[in-house]
Amino acid sequence: MDGVHDMGGMHGFGKVEPEQNEPVFHAAWEGRCLALNRAMDAIGAWTIDEGRAAIEELPPAQYLAASYYGKWALRLQNMLVKRGYIGADEIAAGHALRPGEPLKRKLGVDDIPRTLTRGSYGRPPQAQARFKPGDRVRARNIHPVTHTRLPRYARGHIGVIEAVRGCHVFPDSVAIGAGEKPQWLYTVLFDGRELWGETADPTLKVSIEAFEPYLEAAS
Amino acid sequence: MTRAMTHDRDHDDHEHGSELSEMQLRVRTLETVLAEKGYIDPAALDAMIEAYETRIGPHIGARVVAKAWGDPAFKHALLEDATRAVQALGVINRVGDHLIAVENTPKLHNMIVCTLCSCYPWEVLGLPPVWYKSAPYRSRAVNDPRGVLADFGLALPADIQIRVWDSTAETRFIVLPMRPSGTDGWSEEKLAALVTRNCMIGTGLPKEPREIA
Repeated sequence: MDGVHDMGGMHGFGKVEPEQNEPVFHAAWEGRCLALNRAMDAIGAWTIDEGRAAIEELPPAQYLAASYYGKWALRLQNMLVKRGYIGADEIAAGHALRPGEPLKRKLGVDDIPRTLTRGSYGRPPQAQARFKPGDRVRARNIHPVTHTRLPRYARGHIGVIEAVRGCHVFPDSVAIGAGEKPQWLYTVLFDGRELWGETADPTLKVSIEAFEPYLEAAS
Repeated sequence: MTRAMTHDRDHDDHEHGSELSEMQLRVRTLETVLAEKGYIDPAALDAMIEAYETRIGPHIGARVVAKAWGDPAFKHALLEDATRAVQALGVINRVGDHLIAVENTPKLHNMIVCTLCSCYPWEVLGLPPVWYKSAPYRSRAVNDPRGVLADFGLALPADIQIRVWDSTAETRFIVLPMRPSGTDGWSEEKLAALVTRNCMIGTGLPKEPREIA
Protein backbone atom coordinates (compact mmCIF):
# COMPACT_ATOMS: atom_id res chain seq x y z
CA MET A 1 0.00 0.00 0.00
CA ASP A 2 1.40 3.37 -1.02
CA GLY A 3 0.77 4.96 2.35
CA VAL A 4 2.41 7.63 4.48
CA HIS A 5 4.19 4.90 6.43
CA ASP A 6 6.47 4.37 3.41
CA MET A 7 8.65 7.33 4.33
CA GLY A 8 12.03 6.61 2.76
CA GLY A 9 13.17 9.68 0.82
CA MET A 10 10.24 11.94 1.71
CA HIS A 11 11.00 15.59 2.38
CA GLY A 12 9.73 18.06 4.91
CA PHE A 13 9.78 16.14 8.19
CA GLY A 14 12.60 18.24 9.60
CA LYS A 15 15.56 17.41 11.78
CA VAL A 16 16.10 14.28 13.80
CA GLU A 17 15.84 15.20 17.46
CA PRO A 18 17.65 12.76 19.72
CA GLU A 19 16.65 12.93 23.38
CA GLN A 20 19.39 12.77 25.99
CA ASN A 21 18.94 10.05 28.61
CA GLU A 22 15.70 8.91 27.04
CA PRO A 23 13.57 6.67 29.28
CA VAL A 24 12.38 3.30 27.94
CA PHE A 25 8.79 4.55 28.24
CA HIS A 26 7.70 8.17 28.48
CA ALA A 27 4.49 7.30 30.33
CA ALA A 28 3.17 4.19 32.03
CA TRP A 29 0.49 3.65 29.37
CA GLU A 30 3.17 3.15 26.71
CA GLY A 31 4.49 0.09 28.51
CA ARG A 32 0.96 -1.27 29.05
CA CYS A 33 0.22 -0.67 25.38
CA LEU A 34 3.34 -2.51 24.24
CA ALA A 35 2.64 -5.42 26.57
CA LEU A 36 -1.04 -5.66 25.60
CA ASN A 37 -0.10 -5.83 21.94
CA ARG A 38 2.48 -8.50 22.65
CA ALA A 39 0.03 -10.46 24.79
CA MET A 40 -2.43 -10.54 21.90
CA ASP A 41 0.38 -11.60 19.54
CA ALA A 42 1.12 -14.43 21.94
CA ILE A 43 -2.42 -15.80 21.78
CA GLY A 44 -2.27 -15.67 18.00
CA ALA A 45 -4.85 -12.88 17.68
CA TRP A 46 -2.98 -11.57 14.63
CA THR A 47 0.35 -12.03 12.94
CA ILE A 48 3.17 -9.51 12.88
CA ASP A 49 2.33 -8.72 9.26
CA GLU A 50 -1.39 -8.24 9.92
CA GLY A 51 -0.44 -6.01 12.81
CA ARG A 52 1.83 -3.86 10.64
CA ALA A 53 -0.84 -3.66 7.96
CA ALA A 54 -3.35 -2.47 10.57
CA ILE A 55 -1.06 0.43 11.48
CA GLU A 56 -0.51 1.32 7.82
CA GLU A 57 -4.27 1.37 7.32
CA LEU A 58 -4.78 4.12 9.89
CA PRO A 59 -5.98 7.27 8.14
CA PRO A 60 -2.85 9.20 7.04
CA ALA A 61 -3.52 12.23 9.22
CA GLN A 62 -3.99 9.97 12.24
CA TYR A 63 -0.85 8.00 11.41
CA LEU A 64 1.24 11.16 11.28
CA ALA A 65 -0.30 12.77 14.35
CA ALA A 66 -0.13 9.80 16.70
CA SER A 67 2.97 8.90 18.66
CA TYR A 68 4.50 5.47 18.15
CA TYR A 69 2.66 3.81 21.02
CA GLY A 70 -0.37 5.91 20.15
CA LYS A 71 -0.45 4.06 16.83
CA TRP A 72 -0.07 0.78 18.69
CA ALA A 73 -3.04 1.66 20.88
CA LEU A 74 -5.18 2.49 17.85
CA ARG A 75 -4.11 -0.72 16.14
CA LEU A 76 -4.88 -2.72 19.26
CA GLN A 77 -8.37 -1.28 19.58
CA ASN A 78 -9.14 -1.60 15.87
CA MET A 79 -7.92 -5.19 15.65
CA LEU A 80 -9.61 -6.32 18.87
CA VAL A 81 -12.94 -5.08 17.58
CA LYS A 82 -12.38 -6.28 14.00
CA ARG A 83 -11.42 -9.78 15.18
CA GLY A 84 -14.31 -9.92 17.64
CA TYR A 85 -12.27 -10.13 20.84
CA ILE A 86 -14.11 -7.18 22.29
CA GLY A 87 -17.13 -5.14 21.24
CA ALA A 88 -17.34 -1.41 20.61
CA ASP A 89 -20.08 -1.43 23.26
CA GLU A 90 -17.61 -2.84 25.78
CA ILE A 91 -15.10 -0.12 24.98
CA ALA A 92 -17.82 2.47 25.47
CA ALA A 93 -18.86 0.86 28.75
CA GLY A 94 -15.29 0.50 29.95
CA HIS A 95 -16.06 -3.06 31.08
CA ALA A 96 -16.70 -6.48 29.63
CA LEU A 97 -20.38 -6.98 28.88
CA ARG A 98 -20.00 -10.61 27.83
CA PRO A 99 -17.71 -13.40 29.04
CA GLY A 100 -14.64 -14.14 26.91
CA GLU A 101 -14.33 -17.22 24.74
CA PRO A 102 -11.99 -19.96 25.99
CA LEU A 103 -8.44 -19.43 24.67
CA LYS A 104 -6.08 -22.14 23.45
CA ARG A 105 -3.25 -20.25 25.11
CA LYS A 106 -2.76 -17.10 27.07
CA LEU A 107 0.36 -15.15 27.90
CA GLY A 108 1.39 -15.89 31.48
CA VAL A 109 4.27 -14.67 33.61
CA ASP A 110 6.21 -17.87 32.90
CA ASP A 111 5.98 -17.22 29.16
CA ILE A 112 7.75 -13.86 29.34
CA PRO A 113 11.34 -15.07 28.77
CA ARG A 114 10.18 -16.83 25.61
CA THR A 115 8.35 -13.77 24.29
CA LEU A 116 11.49 -11.68 24.63
CA THR A 117 12.98 -13.74 21.80
CA ARG A 118 11.77 -12.96 18.32
CA GLY A 119 9.93 -15.68 16.49
CA SER A 120 11.62 -17.26 13.50
CA TYR A 121 10.37 -16.37 10.04
CA GLY A 122 12.74 -18.68 8.16
CA ARG A 123 11.07 -21.59 6.35
CA PRO A 124 12.32 -24.55 4.29
CA PRO A 125 12.76 -23.54 0.64
CA GLN A 126 10.10 -24.68 -1.80
CA ALA A 127 12.25 -24.00 -4.86
CA GLN A 128 15.75 -22.97 -5.89
CA ALA A 129 16.69 -19.36 -5.33
CA ARG A 130 16.34 -17.50 -8.60
CA PHE A 131 19.19 -15.06 -7.92
CA LYS A 132 22.72 -15.32 -6.55
CA PRO A 133 25.15 -12.75 -5.14
CA GLY A 134 26.39 -10.42 -7.86
CA ASP A 135 23.27 -10.68 -10.02
CA ARG A 136 21.81 -7.40 -11.26
CA VAL A 137 18.13 -7.07 -10.45
CA ARG A 138 15.43 -4.48 -10.86
CA ALA A 139 12.95 -3.89 -8.05
CA ARG A 140 9.62 -4.32 -9.76
CA ASN A 141 7.39 -1.34 -10.35
CA ILE A 142 4.47 -2.70 -8.36
CA HIS A 143 1.89 -0.82 -6.31
CA PRO A 144 -0.18 -3.34 -4.37
CA VAL A 145 -3.04 -1.74 -2.46
CA THR A 146 -2.42 -4.18 0.38
CA HIS A 147 0.61 -4.62 2.67
CA THR A 148 4.03 -4.93 1.08
CA ARG A 149 7.59 -4.56 2.30
CA LEU A 150 8.99 -3.20 -0.94
CA PRO A 151 9.59 0.50 -0.27
CA ARG A 152 8.50 2.94 -2.97
CA TYR A 153 11.91 4.54 -3.33
CA ALA A 154 13.42 1.28 -4.61
CA ARG A 155 10.75 0.42 -7.16
CA GLY A 156 11.91 0.47 -10.74
CA HIS A 157 15.56 0.80 -9.74
CA ILE A 158 18.46 -1.51 -10.46
CA GLY A 159 20.60 -2.99 -7.73
CA VAL A 160 22.87 -5.93 -7.09
CA ILE A 161 22.15 -9.02 -5.03
CA GLU A 162 24.58 -8.82 -2.14
CA ALA A 163 23.41 -11.73 -0.02
CA VAL A 164 20.85 -14.52 -0.02
CA ARG A 165 19.20 -14.61 3.40
CA GLY A 166 17.27 -17.84 3.09
CA CYS A 167 13.61 -18.52 2.56
CA HIS A 168 11.21 -16.47 4.71
CA VAL A 169 7.51 -16.04 5.41
CA PHE A 170 6.14 -13.64 2.78
CA PRO A 171 4.50 -10.66 4.52
CA ASP A 172 2.48 -9.61 1.46
CA SER A 173 0.66 -12.95 1.61
CA VAL A 174 0.30 -13.29 5.38
CA ALA A 175 -1.09 -9.77 5.71
CA ILE A 176 -4.07 -10.61 3.52
CA GLY A 177 -4.72 -13.94 5.22
CA ALA A 178 -3.41 -15.95 2.25
CA GLY A 179 -0.86 -18.03 4.17
CA GLU A 180 2.88 -17.91 4.61
CA LYS A 181 3.89 -18.66 1.00
CA PRO A 182 7.62 -18.55 1.89
CA GLN A 183 9.90 -16.74 -0.54
CA TRP A 184 13.63 -16.28 -0.93
CA LEU A 185 14.90 -13.14 0.74
CA TYR A 186 17.84 -11.12 -0.57
CA THR A 187 19.87 -8.11 0.48
CA VAL A 188 19.83 -5.89 -2.61
CA LEU A 189 22.33 -3.04 -2.79
CA PHE A 190 21.60 0.18 -4.68
CA ASP A 191 23.89 3.03 -5.56
CA GLY A 192 22.70 6.31 -4.08
CA ARG A 193 22.61 7.96 -7.52
CA GLU A 194 20.51 5.14 -8.94
CA LEU A 195 17.88 5.88 -6.30
CA TRP A 196 18.13 9.66 -5.94
CA GLY A 197 19.68 10.95 -9.14
CA GLU A 198 22.90 12.70 -9.99
CA THR A 199 22.81 15.10 -7.07
CA ALA A 200 22.87 12.23 -4.57
CA ASP A 201 25.77 11.80 -2.18
CA PRO A 202 28.31 9.87 -4.32
CA THR A 203 29.47 7.92 -1.27
CA LEU A 204 25.97 6.58 -0.50
CA LYS A 205 24.81 3.01 -0.91
CA VAL A 206 21.45 1.76 0.34
CA SER A 207 20.28 -1.79 0.73
CA ILE A 208 16.82 -3.24 1.19
CA GLU A 209 15.81 -6.73 2.22
CA ALA A 210 13.79 -7.87 -0.79
CA PHE A 211 11.61 -10.94 -1.23
CA GLU A 212 12.02 -12.69 -4.56
CA PRO A 213 8.61 -11.64 -5.98
CA TYR A 214 9.77 -8.01 -5.63
CA LEU A 215 12.62 -8.57 -8.08
CA GLU A 216 13.20 -9.22 -11.76
CA ALA A 217 16.45 -9.92 -13.59
CA ALA A 218 18.15 -6.86 -15.07
CA SER A 219 20.71 -6.92 -17.83
CA MET B 1 -13.52 9.08 23.56
CA THR B 2 -17.02 8.74 24.93
CA ARG B 3 -18.48 10.02 28.16
CA ALA B 4 -18.93 6.46 29.33
CA MET B 5 -15.25 5.74 28.86
CA THR B 6 -14.14 8.57 31.07
CA HIS B 7 -16.89 7.95 33.59
CA ASP B 8 -15.84 6.45 36.91
CA ARG B 9 -12.17 6.50 36.03
CA ASP B 10 -9.56 7.93 38.31
CA HIS B 11 -9.82 11.64 38.65
CA ASP B 12 -6.14 12.25 38.03
CA ASP B 13 -6.23 12.12 34.27
CA HIS B 14 -8.81 14.64 33.30
CA GLU B 15 -6.55 16.52 30.93
CA HIS B 16 -8.92 16.26 28.00
CA GLY B 17 -7.42 16.93 24.62
CA SER B 18 -3.86 15.80 25.19
CA GLU B 19 -2.71 12.58 23.59
CA LEU B 20 -1.42 11.45 26.94
CA SER B 21 -4.78 11.43 28.68
CA GLU B 22 -6.65 10.12 25.66
CA MET B 23 -4.23 7.25 25.11
CA GLN B 24 -3.93 6.59 28.82
CA LEU B 25 -7.70 6.11 29.01
CA ARG B 26 -7.89 4.14 25.79
CA VAL B 27 -5.19 1.69 26.88
CA ARG B 28 -6.57 1.38 30.39
CA THR B 29 -10.02 0.62 29.02
CA LEU B 30 -8.68 -2.03 26.64
CA GLU B 31 -6.70 -3.65 29.43
CA THR B 32 -9.71 -3.65 31.75
CA VAL B 33 -12.00 -5.24 29.18
CA LEU B 34 -9.39 -7.80 28.08
CA ALA B 35 -8.62 -8.77 31.67
CA GLU B 36 -12.31 -9.09 32.56
CA LYS B 37 -12.80 -11.36 29.57
CA GLY B 38 -9.85 -13.48 30.65
CA TYR B 39 -7.77 -12.75 27.56
CA ILE B 40 -4.80 -11.27 29.36
CA ASP B 41 -3.02 -11.68 32.67
CA PRO B 42 -2.02 -8.24 33.98
CA ALA B 43 0.84 -9.84 35.95
CA ALA B 44 2.34 -11.06 32.65
CA LEU B 45 2.19 -7.51 31.32
CA ASP B 46 3.99 -6.29 34.44
CA ALA B 47 6.71 -8.89 33.92
CA MET B 48 7.21 -7.93 30.29
CA ILE B 49 7.41 -4.21 31.05
CA GLU B 50 9.86 -4.90 33.85
CA ALA B 51 12.06 -6.92 31.48
CA TYR B 52 12.26 -4.07 28.95
CA GLU B 53 12.78 -1.44 31.62
CA THR B 54 15.48 -3.27 33.52
CA ARG B 55 17.04 -6.19 31.66
CA ILE B 56 16.82 -5.92 27.86
CA GLY B 57 18.78 -2.94 26.59
CA PRO B 58 21.85 -1.69 24.77
CA HIS B 59 24.15 -3.00 27.50
CA ILE B 60 23.66 -6.40 25.84
CA GLY B 61 24.84 -5.12 22.46
CA ALA B 62 27.70 -3.30 24.16
CA ARG B 63 28.88 -6.57 25.62
CA VAL B 64 28.74 -8.18 22.18
CA VAL B 65 30.75 -5.36 20.60
CA ALA B 66 33.34 -5.34 23.39
CA LYS B 67 33.79 -9.08 23.04
CA ALA B 68 34.27 -8.71 19.27
CA TRP B 69 36.88 -5.98 19.83
CA GLY B 70 38.89 -8.18 22.12
CA ASP B 71 38.42 -11.61 20.60
CA PRO B 72 39.15 -12.07 16.87
CA ALA B 73 37.58 -15.53 16.77
CA PHE B 74 34.36 -14.19 18.27
CA LYS B 75 34.39 -11.25 15.86
CA HIS B 76 34.71 -13.65 12.95
CA ALA B 77 31.84 -15.77 14.28
CA LEU B 78 29.73 -12.65 14.87
CA LEU B 79 30.13 -11.45 11.31
CA GLU B 80 29.40 -14.97 10.00
CA ASP B 81 26.23 -15.55 12.03
CA ALA B 82 25.39 -13.01 14.71
CA THR B 83 22.45 -14.97 16.10
CA ARG B 84 24.62 -18.00 16.77
CA ALA B 85 27.58 -15.99 18.06
CA VAL B 86 25.53 -13.89 20.47
CA GLN B 87 23.73 -17.00 21.63
CA ALA B 88 27.04 -18.63 22.46
CA LEU B 89 27.95 -15.60 24.53
CA GLY B 90 25.15 -16.54 26.91
CA VAL B 91 23.42 -13.18 27.11
CA ILE B 92 20.35 -12.58 29.23
CA ASN B 93 17.87 -13.94 26.77
CA ARG B 94 17.94 -16.14 23.70
CA VAL B 95 18.44 -14.19 20.46
CA GLY B 96 16.10 -14.94 17.58
CA ASP B 97 17.03 -15.80 14.03
CA HIS B 98 18.53 -13.54 11.40
CA LEU B 99 20.56 -11.11 13.48
CA ILE B 100 23.25 -9.66 11.22
CA ALA B 101 26.30 -7.71 12.40
CA VAL B 102 27.80 -5.22 9.95
CA GLU B 103 31.31 -3.92 10.44
CA ASN B 104 32.52 -0.34 10.22
CA THR B 105 35.98 0.20 8.74
CA PRO B 106 38.08 3.30 8.07
CA LYS B 107 36.46 3.36 4.60
CA LEU B 108 32.89 2.31 5.41
CA HIS B 109 30.28 3.57 7.85
CA ASN B 110 27.09 1.55 8.36
CA MET B 111 23.72 2.94 9.44
CA ILE B 112 20.51 1.06 10.25
CA VAL B 113 16.98 2.28 9.57
CA CYS B 114 13.50 0.94 9.05
CA THR B 115 11.79 3.28 6.61
CA LEU B 116 8.50 1.35 6.65
CA CYS B 117 7.95 0.99 10.40
CA SER B 118 10.39 0.58 13.27
CA CYS B 119 12.25 -2.74 12.89
CA TYR B 120 15.12 -2.80 15.35
CA PRO B 121 17.20 -5.49 17.09
CA TRP B 122 15.27 -5.44 20.38
CA GLU B 123 17.10 -8.46 21.79
CA VAL B 124 20.49 -6.76 21.76
CA LEU B 125 19.55 -3.04 21.93
CA GLY B 126 16.25 -3.05 23.80
CA LEU B 127 13.31 -0.96 22.63
CA PRO B 128 14.11 1.66 20.00
CA PRO B 129 14.43 5.33 20.95
CA VAL B 130 11.73 7.75 19.78
CA TRP B 131 13.97 9.34 17.14
CA TYR B 132 14.56 5.97 15.46
CA LYS B 133 10.80 5.58 14.95
CA SER B 134 10.29 9.20 13.92
CA ALA B 135 9.40 10.51 10.46
CA PRO B 136 12.54 12.67 10.17
CA TYR B 137 14.86 9.68 10.69
CA ARG B 138 12.85 7.21 8.61
CA SER B 139 12.52 9.62 5.71
CA ARG B 140 16.03 11.03 5.58
CA ALA B 141 18.31 8.15 6.55
CA VAL B 142 18.17 6.68 3.05
CA ASN B 143 18.73 9.85 1.01
CA ASP B 144 20.53 12.23 3.36
CA PRO B 145 22.43 10.12 5.86
CA ARG B 146 25.17 12.73 6.30
CA GLY B 147 22.50 15.30 7.12
CA VAL B 148 21.07 12.89 9.68
CA LEU B 149 24.50 12.31 11.16
CA ALA B 150 24.93 16.09 11.42
CA ASP B 151 21.75 16.16 13.52
CA PHE B 152 23.63 13.87 15.89
CA GLY B 153 26.67 16.16 15.80
CA LEU B 154 28.65 13.69 13.75
CA ALA B 155 30.69 14.64 10.68
CA LEU B 156 32.46 11.80 8.88
CA PRO B 157 35.29 12.24 6.34
CA ALA B 158 33.93 13.16 2.90
CA ASP B 159 35.44 10.09 1.25
CA ILE B 160 34.10 7.48 3.64
CA GLN B 161 31.38 5.33 2.10
CA ILE B 162 28.00 5.47 3.84
CA ARG B 163 26.07 2.25 3.76
CA VAL B 164 22.44 2.39 4.88
CA TRP B 165 20.64 -0.85 5.71
CA ASP B 166 16.87 -0.54 5.41
CA SER B 167 15.36 -3.25 7.64
CA THR B 168 12.49 -4.15 5.35
CA ALA B 169 12.17 -7.82 6.39
CA GLU B 170 12.70 -9.97 9.51
CA THR B 171 16.46 -9.70 9.31
CA ARG B 172 17.82 -7.42 12.04
CA PHE B 173 21.05 -5.45 12.01
CA ILE B 174 23.58 -4.26 14.54
CA VAL B 175 26.61 -2.16 13.66
CA LEU B 176 30.01 -3.30 14.87
CA PRO B 177 31.82 0.02 15.29
CA MET B 178 35.59 0.46 15.14
CA ARG B 179 37.49 0.01 18.36
CA PRO B 180 38.73 3.38 19.63
CA SER B 181 42.49 3.80 19.73
CA GLY B 182 44.19 4.06 23.09
CA THR B 183 42.36 1.02 24.45
CA ASP B 184 45.10 -1.60 24.19
CA GLY B 185 44.92 -4.14 26.94
CA TRP B 186 41.51 -2.99 28.19
CA SER B 187 39.16 -5.55 29.72
CA GLU B 188 35.92 -6.36 27.95
CA GLU B 189 34.03 -4.69 30.75
CA LYS B 190 35.96 -1.46 30.31
CA LEU B 191 35.61 -1.61 26.53
CA ALA B 192 31.85 -2.11 26.87
CA ALA B 193 31.62 1.23 28.69
CA LEU B 194 32.70 2.91 25.44
CA VAL B 195 29.92 1.35 23.39
CA THR B 196 26.88 3.59 23.03
CA ARG B 197 23.50 2.57 21.69
CA ASN B 198 23.82 5.03 18.82
CA CYS B 199 27.16 3.63 17.68
CA MET B 200 25.45 0.25 17.25
CA ILE B 201 22.75 1.89 15.07
CA GLY B 202 25.31 3.92 13.14
CA THR B 203 24.23 7.39 14.28
CA GLY B 204 27.17 7.76 16.61
CA LEU B 205 30.69 6.59 17.32
CA PRO B 206 31.97 4.84 20.44
CA LYS B 207 33.12 7.08 23.26
CA GLU B 208 36.76 8.08 23.41
CA PRO B 209 38.78 6.61 26.29
CA ARG B 210 39.10 10.05 27.90
CA GLU B 211 35.30 10.32 28.13
CA ILE B 212 35.10 7.51 30.66
CA ALA B 213 38.39 8.11 32.45
